[in-house]
Amino acid sequence: MIDELRQYSQEFLASLYRRMVLVREFELRAIEERRGGLIPGFIHSCVGQEASAVGATAALREDDVITSTHRGHGHLLGKGGAPQYMMAELAARSSGYCLGRGGSLHISDFDLGILGANGIVGGGIPIAVGAALAFQMQHSSRVALAFFGDGAVNEGAFHEAANLAGLWALPVILFCENNLYGEGTPQDRQAPIADLAKRAESYGFPGVIVDGNDVLAVYATVKAAVSRARAGEGPTLVEAKTYRFRGHYEGDPQVYRKPGEMESWRQRDPVPAFRQRLLTSGRFDEAALKVLEQGVQAELDEAVAFAAAAPYPEVGEALSGVYGETHGGLVF
Amino acid sequence: MRELTYSEAIREALVEEMRRDANVFLMGEDVGTFGGVWGVSHGMLDEFGPERVRDTPISEIAIVGAGLGAAMMGMRPVVEIMFGDFLMCAGDQIVNQVAKARFMSGGKADVPLTIRVTSGAPGSAAAQHSQSPESWFMNIPGIKIVAPALPADAKGLLKTAIRGEDPVLFFEHKMLYAEKGPVPDDADFTVPFGVASVVREGVDVTVVGVGNMVLKALKAAAQLAEQGIRVEVIDPRTLVPLDKETLIRSVQKTSRVVIAHEAHLRSGPAAEIAAVLAEEAIEYLDGPIVRVGAKNVPLPYSPILEQFVLPDVSDIVAAVASFWKR
Repeated sequence: MIDELRQYSQEFLASLYRRMVLVREFELRAIEERRGGLIPGFIHSCVGQEASAVGATAALREDDVITSTHRGHGHLLGKGGAPQYMMAELAARSSGYCLGRGGSLHISDFDLGILGANGIVGGGIPIAVGAALAFQMQHSSRVALAFFGDGAVNEGAFHEAANLAGLWALPVILFCENNLYGEGTPQDRQAPIADLAKRAESYGFPGVIVDGNDVLAVYATVKAAVSRARAGEGPTLVEAKTYRFRGHYEGDPQVYRKPGEMESWRQRDPVPAFRQRLLTSGRFDEAALKVLEQGVQAELDEAVAFAAAAPYPEVGEALSGVYGETHGGLVF
Repeated sequence: MRELTYSEAIREALVEEMRRDANVFLMGEDVGTFGGVWGVSHGMLDEFGPERVRDTPISEIAIVGAGLGAAMMGMRPVVEIMFGDFLMCAGDQIVNQVAKARFMSGGKADVPLTIRVTSGAPGSAAAQHSQSPESWFMNIPGIKIVAPALPADAKGLLKTAIRGEDPVLFFEHKMLYAEKGPVPDDADFTVPFGVASVVREGVDVTVVGVGNMVLKALKAAAQLAEQGIRVEVIDPRTLVPLDKETLIRSVQKTSRVVIAHEAHLRSGPAAEIAAVLAEEAIEYLDGPIVRVGAKNVPLPYSPILEQFVLPDVSDIVAAVASFWKR
């Protein structure tokens, strides 16, 4: 394990850990603020899935793009999304990423290559494939990465997009976070195979399985997939096996959990696991990690304060931004 | 002015825009080697190659979704869906992704995506290859809907769609592809959205035609002229945005209006146009707003049944004549 960490710089390891803590704490803070009334809409938290979100996005360049999902906060933070604009969007304010029009399910930042979370299961996969088509046609070295869950691989959108990506050898990574549940139904009652990475074979590209709770394993796996994509060798399906520690949405009674399952996955909680690895390696001490953790808390305090103080949109703003050209207002 | 078919006019628009802008490309089922099952892209593969005239698998979700992703990354894709009936295969991408991408992002996402699609009954193509689905999408904010009837409009409106920053559903009526008309050869000729065309002037009754019903309305107008009824024929050209002003101006003059489309009557484009006229021009009307459209049954196969279900010139003539029989 010590040897494995040795190949990574101190800064990189610190940034991975800080980002994982940021994702975890952002989610917990958002849940708290929703209870407190700051956030009116749905939250599908990714608590437990921080390693897959952070590991995958760490393998991308700034000019690469992602499409995300309903459980997207970790992906967005991983790609550089600013907590204050995310929190302001969740709080339905005009200072939010989408000016209060999108909410949790639709956050995007085109400058950061975040083409959008998505409210439709599988909906972002064809879009990522289209972005990859543009990169290929533009002779660019950019790649696209589509995040989706185990539920999405049973959607037509996944199959059509995977087929096209394989057929045209597009620079795209199909990143499946298999958290074992599609909403409230276990994965083994949604698909006849347990290893969803196998689906790649029928589309002519590799499918690889990775421990989704091991941030460095995810990083290395996606890094290899990205290299393949940049080299013009086409897509890779990465299946990250992971588990969500909270409901499908906040308020989900979770009657569907299998006995003992949560407890056993809690033993593999990715955030304390990585923290322990950093300590064991001897490259970080308790005090250094505390500083990172406190930095995250301070950043989130600011984000919540920013969101709470931000203005709500003026009602008339709902009528703008539907079209780029309105033909003298005729389209309304 | 030289004459082109509707099909040639559309091809000319595609070719001119692809020469003008390297980001424009065409993608769809059989658009390349085959030249399009309707022949619209015939010969384009030779000029532009398989990268830009791109055959796809039969995969409507992927075609539209990939068009959206490419559009957001700086390309100007023109994607072709072979039959309007197949738009439903890509329903989520069109309705929930393409149409809403800009709004959901707070106005940031430009989506210069043109979805070319055929509509209408080509004859015994039956229930899954004959529909006119324009109005299905009129209830979805965020996507513009174009339905040209004349070759020049087909060319000019397609160029406007390709050059614009918004997604467009561009409906090409199958029975119009072989129809000829004068078409400007100026490479910068465009037709603006939201401007209806007065195709024939008249003072007694307004007939609003959508798509191929414009040609049927013109035939009806010629027949009615023999009876001394002077019909004004209006082609809205774009259903979203809709040029209300030209429609209202016409009924101010004529006091009577018939709205004709090949789509099923219930909640077809005429329902929206009728509502607009009822709300904003009822005081000018001397009688009911009369709609002509397909009967509310799936399109049948047998020609005798199909002709019974589809609206034709005689239905427009009868609708107009009804004003003088009350």
